[in-house]
Amino acid sequence: MEFGPHLMLAALEGAVTAAILALTAMGLSIVFGVMRVVNVAHGEFYMLGAVLAWWVATVLGTHPAIGFVAALIIAPALVGGIAMVADRLVLKRVAYDADRTIVATIGMLYIIQQTTLMTFGPDARPVEPPFNTRLALPWFEWGENGFAMFWPWGLSTTSYKLFVIAAAAVVLVALWLVITRTKAGLLMRATQQDSETAQAFGVPVGRVYSLVFGLGAGLAALGAVLVVPIQQAHYLMGHDPLLLSFIVVIIGGLGSLPGTVIAALLIGMSDGIISVFFSPTLAKIIATLLVALVLVFRPQGLMGRAQT
Amino acid sequence: MSNGKTQINRRTALKGLGAGTLAASGVLPGSLGFAQAQSSAPIKIGFQKHATGIGAAYGRWYDATTTAAVARINDMGGINGRPVEIVTEDDGTDPKRGAEVLEKFATQHNCDVAFGTLFSHVVIGSAPRAGELKLPYFVVSEGHHVASGMLNRYTLQPGITDVKSQVKSMAPFVGDNLGKKVTMIYPDFAFGHDHRDFFSEAIEAQGGEVVAKIAIPPTETSFTRYFPNIPRETEVVYHVMVGPGVLTFVKELGEFFGPSRPEIFGFIDSLEAVSINSPGLEFLEGTYFWEGNPRHAQANQTEFDKAYREAVGVDEMGASTADAKDVSTYAHMFGCWETLNIIKAGMESAHYQGPGDRAKLIEAVEAMTDMPESMDHPQGPKRFNGKTHQTFGVQYISKVENGKLVVQHTASIEDGMYEDEVDYTTQSF
Amino acid sequence: MKDAAKSNALHFGVLATLLVLFFVLPPYHAGNLSRIMVLAIYAMGFNLVFGYTGLLSLGHAMFFAAGMYGFGLTANLAGWPVVPAFATGIVCAAALAAVVAALALRTAGVSFMIVTLMFAQTAYLVVLYFGEYTRGDEGFVVQKAARMIGEIDLTTDTARFFAAYILFAICFLGLARVIQSRFGRTLVAIRENEERTRMLGYDAQRHKLYAMILSGAVSGVAGAAYAMLFGYVGATFASVQYSIFPLLWVLLGGAGTTIGPLIGVLFMFYLIDFSSSFTNAYMLIAGVALVLLTLFAPHGLAGLVRRKVFAWLP
Repeated sequence: MEFGPHLMLAALEGAVTAAILALTAMGLSIVFGVMRVVNVAHGEFYMLGAVLAWWVATVLGTHPAIGFVAALIIAPALVGGIAMVADRLVLKRVAYDADRTIVATIGMLYIIQQTTLMTFGPDARPVEPPFNTRLALPWFEWGENGFAMFWPWGLSTTSYKLFVIAAAAVVLVALWLVITRTKAGLLMRATQQDSETAQAFGVPVGRVYSLVFGLGAGLAALGAVLVVPIQQAHYLMGHDPLLLSFIVVIIGGLGSLPGTVIAALLIGMSDGIISVFFSPTLAKIIATLLVALVLVFRPQGLMGRAQT
Repeated sequence: MSNGKTQINRRTALKGLGAGTLAASGVLPGSLGFAQAQSSAPIKIGFQKHATGIGAAYGRWYDATTTAAVARINDMGGINGRPVEIVTEDDGTDPKRGAEVLEKFATQHNCDVAFGTLFSHVVIGSAPRAGELKLPYFVVSEGHHVASGMLNRYTLQPGITDVKSQVKSMAPFVGDNLGKKVTMIYPDFAFGHDHRDFFSEAIEAQGGEVVAKIAIPPTETSFTRYFPNIPRETEVVYHVMVGPGVLTFVKELGEFFGPSRPEIFGFIDSLEAVSINSPGLEFLEGTYFWEGNPRHAQANQTEFDKAYREAVGVDEMGASTADAKDVSTYAHMFGCWETLNIIKAGMESAHYQGPGDRAKLIEAVEAMTDMPESMDHPQGPKRFNGKTHQTFGVQYISKVENGKLVVQHTASIEDGMYEDEVDYTTQSF
Repeated sequence: MKDAAKSNALHFGVLATLLVLFFVLPPYHAGNLSRIMVLAIYAMGFNLVFGYTGLLSLGHAMFFAAGMYGFGLTANLAGWPVVPAFATGIVCAAALAAVVAALALRTAGVSFMIVTLMFAQTAYLVVLYFGEYTRGDEGFVVQKAARMIGEIDLTTDTARFFAAYILFAICFLGLARVIQSRFGRTLVAIRENEERTRMLGYDAQRHKLYAMILSGAVSGVAGAAYAMLFGYVGATFASVQYSIFPLLWVLLGGAGTTIGPLIGVLFMFYLIDFSSSFTNAYMLIAGVALVLLTLFAPHGLAGLVRRKVFAWLP
């Protein structure tokens, strides 16, 4: 494929990755921002969202669109609920101590992953997309005959992939409005800035923490429900999203929401675009190393302030 | 392996420590007496199962096939009049756990042989221990590791053809019928590299060439961005993929090409345990697949294949008889069935009595050559090479026609033969 | 008895027990001891930075792998004798640790965790990229010729046990000494309060760097020993999972204790071995154990013993 169309295809693919990543990483970022804890089980909430989406769609067994819409509502809600219970049962009892939370969430990672294995088995499970039309894309070029439009071989996307990008954008905007314009958002921000003072002013910090933890997990699950019609649900799939979300959250500046979105775009797009220039595995090596070096030389992240 | 003079023998030292009293008090369960196996005691076969990890879809079907094969053997009176018992351990599709499981078979379960591993890294991680424990290890992996000479006298692959032979036997058909300019897409690890190297060599011998080699990094979950590297001049896309992402891979391949696809030839590995009629796979109509064993029952189905399907519980579409959506790993799992029958034949011709006869068992299997198509070998005839410990069998090429895999060509055993790379029979036991 | 004498007695007691166990246990369990000791070396290396220095690295698999490939490639492909090949493995791991630490120690906390994770991921991909030599994920067998020290055949059970035992004893006693030294006490001071340690005039960065290099080298010993004793080298050992394992072992056994790593490996090994006989989801039990430990015994099994019974536990 010619260079221009190739780059465009890579950018489109990168945008899909970035959209899912933005949702997933946003969940992690909110949890870190408000509760100051690192949730290592975040990837498993993502996985659980995907597997539950398959389960909901299969149990309903109706038209793919109905199954998908049902999954879109039920799976994140269920996952959010599970996360809230986990918060009550475990995190609250270790008093959100940073180190102990990491250990406890590693434990939760295995519990969720292995329970899923026991309940739903080890196979990769597909979910049918509600709609999926291949859209060939044109490319423009100045040739000998002036400006020309043509349809390069292979340059295409699908209607569902475009929907994923749009859906992620809508969710992110809605989330932004909730945080900045509603009372719930105000409570969250108050807790984030100073949980002790917030407590003194009558903010139910414990409940805010549970809700935030549930919201974070729900966002990961939502990202996963959007992705399963493209990829399959599998009990080991939580690993990559966890890694990428961590990277995004740190590069974006811990707890910074706009930073998270920008970093997700950056990481998602660069993952696609670097693959244009290098052989696939070499591209992965370079991308990984680049991220590590960015963190080394700018540890506070792109948007964050110097660490305190 | 005789360095007795430099070693402290554990057992002698043990006796020095007063093993008698320890044994009497029951501290040494089962460690001294297994050599005198009772003639009616079951023959124990350790089954290294990929129950979890990336090989789990295969593991489940390998298990089903193994259970069916053992039931048949026991119905026919067992081996040397003794019943066969399968001891299953999960290796997590992990080479470290694989080696541990093998030790468990040898020293705790007192298995007579170990069997059933698919993933190459587990085989290679376990095989050194099999050699050291002197435990015959029958793998069903299709990897080239056995025939390459990397392993040892105790490791054999008599029930399934290796990848080098499979790939080699495909090249004439691809070159003659589909095109000469091939782009290969394969996972960027050793299994994929074997495809790359052996096929490139074989297609060049046919006057063709590989115009692009696209290695997909392992653990990749989305594939579209790699497809633009397929050159426009490509006449045939050759694909092989493994792991939980295979359906995504094939779907995205179809979305990439849209209506103007080149010829596509894939290894069915890319779709093992996945229904060919899954949504998004319509474009596969008219494409070709290598199949180790035809998943869909053919018009000229043999009585053996029919009975084999029935025994394992697979319908004529290659899916579970209990759940039509549960598609088997039909192209590989026959290897378990055939390997168990070979273990039986080997034990019978060696008059196998117990672990003391393990070397005799290996020699008996090494002496095997042609195995005709039969109920013991339902996939087709085999020719075993005792020197390289590798079997060779016929390979099938199927075309997707109206959502069914229809065999177009059967590559002969000779098509897949290559020169020996090792002679294990020269190694001592 | 003074605490130092008690801890000496403990360490020699542990070593003596292992020796006795090898001779009295049934063959399966006696064989497991070799593997457990090799993995415990790895856990001890990890414990030095995690338990004593307070640095959470999620990239130690790269040091284990550096030792493994440093040994495996030179011994198998270049045909070097065991001793220089083994030394190469250790040097590779230490050198990699020096480079990674020099970069990663510019960060702290979660960033340090992620940076080490990313470097380890890079190392894993590099192993795959050079598949021509490493055979990628499939790995290769270390042939018997590369597993002989003179007349001693490391493929036999007894030689394997003693090789693992000697390496374990050196690392176990050596690290115990390091921890009781001035250097080790400074590491603990950094863990407890880095700011204050620095104000007291210690070069905290330099101490952390040295701790990482030593930790990397010890992990490399474990990697090289695994390849030498069990005859296999493969990319699986460079994957993220093998960076998480030492963390689990150390957490279960007790971070910041000398015997914690051994206890953790032993505990987890038998937990998996035992539970896999009745469930596929054997890691579930590890997960439950971790959560319970966090809630009720945050310092691991050895930490529990230290708190409830022997306050002197090193």
